[in-house]
Amino acid sequence: MNIPVRPILSALTRHKAGVFLIALQVALTLAIVANAIFVIGQRVIYMSRPSGIDESNIVVVDNRWVGALTQEQARAKTAADLAMLRQLPGVADAYADYSFPAAGPWAMVWGISLDANQKSPTSFSEPYFTDEHALATYGIRLIAGRNFLADEVTPGSQLEQSTSGPIIITQDLARKLYPAESSLGKVVYVGGVARTIIGVISDMEVPAVGTRSFAYRSVLSPIRLSDAGGDQYIVRASPGQAEHVRKSLAAALYSVSRMRVIDAVDGVQSFHTLRGKAYSRDRGLVILLSVASIILLLATAGGIIGITVFWVDERRRQIGLRRALGAKRSDILAHILAENFFIILMGVCIGSLLAFTVNLALMHYLEMTRLPTAYIALGSALLLMLGQCAALTPARRAARMSPMEATRAAI
Amino acid sequence: MFTYYFDLGMRSLSRNVVIAGLMILLFAIGVAGSVTTYALLSAVSANPLPSKSDRLFIPQIDNRGPNSRVTNDGEPDPKLTLRDANALRANQEATGQAAIYPIYLSAVPSDPSIQPVAAKGYAVTADFFRMFLVPFQYGSVWSKQDDDDGSNAIVIGRDLNQKLFRGENSIGRELPLEGHVYRIAGVMAEWNPLPRFYAVADVQGFERSPQVFLPFQRAINLKIATAGSTFCALNYQGKGWDDLVRSECSWISFWVELPDLNAVTRYRSFLSAYAEEQRANGRFNWPGYTRLRDLDEWLKYMRVVPTEVRISFIVALGLLLVCTVNTVGLLLARFMRRGADIGVRRALGASRSAIYAQYLVEAGVIGLAGGLLGVLLTVCSIRSLDLVFEAKIARIVHFDASTMGLAIMLAVVVALIAAAYPVWRASRIQPAWQLKAG
Repeated sequence: MNIPVRPILSALTRHKAGVFLIALQVALTLAIVANAIFVIGQRVIYMSRPSGIDESNIVVVDNRWVGALTQEQARAKTAADLAMLRQLPGVADAYADYSFPAAGPWAMVWGISLDANQKSPTSFSEPYFTDEHALATYGIRLIAGRNFLADEVTPGSQLEQSTSGPIIITQDLARKLYPAESSLGKVVYVGGVARTIIGVISDMEVPAVGTRSFAYRSVLSPIRLSDAGGDQYIVRASPGQAEHVRKSLAAALYSVSRMRVIDAVDGVQSFHTLRGKAYSRDRGLVILLSVASIILLLATAGGIIGITVFWVDERRRQIGLRRALGAKRSDILAHILAENFFIILMGVCIGSLLAFTVNLALMHYLEMTRLPTAYIALGSALLLMLGQCAALTPARRAARMSPMEATRAAI
Repeated sequence: MFTYYFDLGMRSLSRNVVIAGLMILLFAIGVAGSVTTYALLSAVSANPLPSKSDRLFIPQIDNRGPNSRVTNDGEPDPKLTLRDANALRANQEATGQAAIYPIYLSAVPSDPSIQPVAAKGYAVTADFFRMFLVPFQYGSVWSKQDDDDGSNAIVIGRDLNQKLFRGENSIGRELPLEGHVYRIAGVMAEWNPLPRFYAVADVQGFERSPQVFLPFQRAINLKIATAGSTFCALNYQGKGWDDLVRSECSWISFWVELPDLNAVTRYRSFLSAYAEEQRANGRFNWPGYTRLRDLDEWLKYMRVVPTEVRISFIVALGLLLVCTVNTVGLLLARFMRRGADIGVRRALGASRSAIYAQYLVEAGVIGLAGGLLGVLLTVCSIRSLDLVFEAKIARIVHFDASTMGLAIMLAVVVALIAAAYPVWRASRIQPAWQLKAG
């Protein structure tokens, strides 16, 4: 079947307004949808990055002490809480920290240097303050080296967290610090203090959700944390017990001591819930952009159908004439589809330029990165396919028209 | 004549229901999306204190040097160290000075069967209430004397007063918090400006209303730690409160009220002089680097409007644009299809303006229908904003008369713009040509 390109193109010049409107609509749709798919892709990757811990069994308690406790009192009360938690049926292990993976927007940032006098650190990282129970609590795999011993862990608080004790680092950080060799036993510097790496663990997400470039460079520092104001208790339930444990934790803690605040609404939450909240903005944007993209594509498809139906109706007699002169049904079908293809192609060309322009503007105003060409190609293919599908029904109606009927009936 | 055209318009709509329905639906979606996101954007970027936003300023001093600015977009910290806050307070140039930091306390009810309740709030200087126009239900703010003495006065929120004193006038009553007894000086009426402009560096801008306010000096004397963010040097190794207070860690939000431009100029030079003085006495080894932003500039600088809200507004506008282009195409097809009708009408003596009027009315009917459906969709989408945005942001948008008016007006205006070209084309149809071709 050969497609009469020249006649189609010259016929299009007879419908400048219609052609222009469809092409414009396609161009705008491409510009928006290509950028939207790009943003969706980025956010989905970001949202679905693994935390590296035993997510489904972890429950977090936000415990606040009541009364101005001294450091010693806070220490004793935290120790009593943790001892109770570790004995509680259904609880596998627990420890106290100031944060947990993907907890929120803020975190402490450490610069890790290989040399004591280095100007800028070799890598940034975010610390956890952990005791010897943290690995078992998170269910993190020790890849090399060993866990902290109980006597290596020193008492401290958020205001007093300095120690010269050993550290455990993630695999990602180990690779960054020592790409070619094992990092075990090496001495690195944190704020000028020498720290020995005694263990390397599987990758574990850092506390701050906004972290992008060093999201898996966590450091475990041996501090038995107890703040006068209270801390987060990270609790790991035995398999299948998470929901039961989540519901019973507050009552169990209040029975140890009433002098605390555990918020009735969000004092005890499963890790899943907390993570969902931490990434809620990203999820919202993904939903919003997906819905908008689908509506846009449907609108464009609707517009194409409307105009094609009109053009087919308008050219009933011409179509009848061609059929009477020997054109086959497939010729008519091919003609309409090819016409549609050319219009959309035109729109796609304009739209590609527009998509880059929109992307440049977004890069300038909204901290976006450069739009890869693949997304435009993907969007273009999508729109060309959509155009063909939309034109198919009117085109088949045109092809089914009998030459008799078409030449006889005027309108 | 209008009713006749209206009738014609309705008839024509009923003749080609699918296409007309599509147009109206797309129109409504475009309008609802734009209006909803606009309402959201204007709610989150609204000026929280329009009457005096150009008189409230935030001074910033770079106390950690050029290296620390690298991670801060070249700007000083958004907060001050305690020593800088105290030094600025000693200056009498400003007519009001508010030093602020967030605190998390708890109140223990005397009835042991009731669990202790959280009391979140701020440690502030007395000027805070006057500068930010805080309304009181009972009593008022503590005195300047209380400020200096670090007295045990306290201002509580309406909700806490409700919880602890069943909403009675509790002025002068005692309130034990964290082992210390406070005397209630005032009960705040409901006050929760959004975004929480006075402490944007702490909360993310939108939270439940604060319930306790302590005199700043009192909180410092009791060494109550901040419940908010602290900006320290990388690898800060200090131990405890005393180190923190002496350190270059910044954790205090500081505001000044400057009545006029002269005062602003004087304050700017005072600020630079202060930074230079710190350099002269050896504390800074870099040229003084300070900022003085007013409330508006501050909210923009701190990016209080979430990126997601802006993206959604842009996307909605794009959607409306595409829907408009779509409508132009469909209307054009619709009107041209009736070329023969128009030809007959023109041949029977109808003027071009009569054709204009008829088809504009038809487009207006589509616009109106789209607008009404758009209002309905706007109500639904504002209700379900929390599916997409965080609850605390979604909560501040409400559907009201002005939103409704905006939706209908936008729909009709856009419909008329969309109709302009198709109507013009329809009116240009040559009667003779149409009649001959028919």
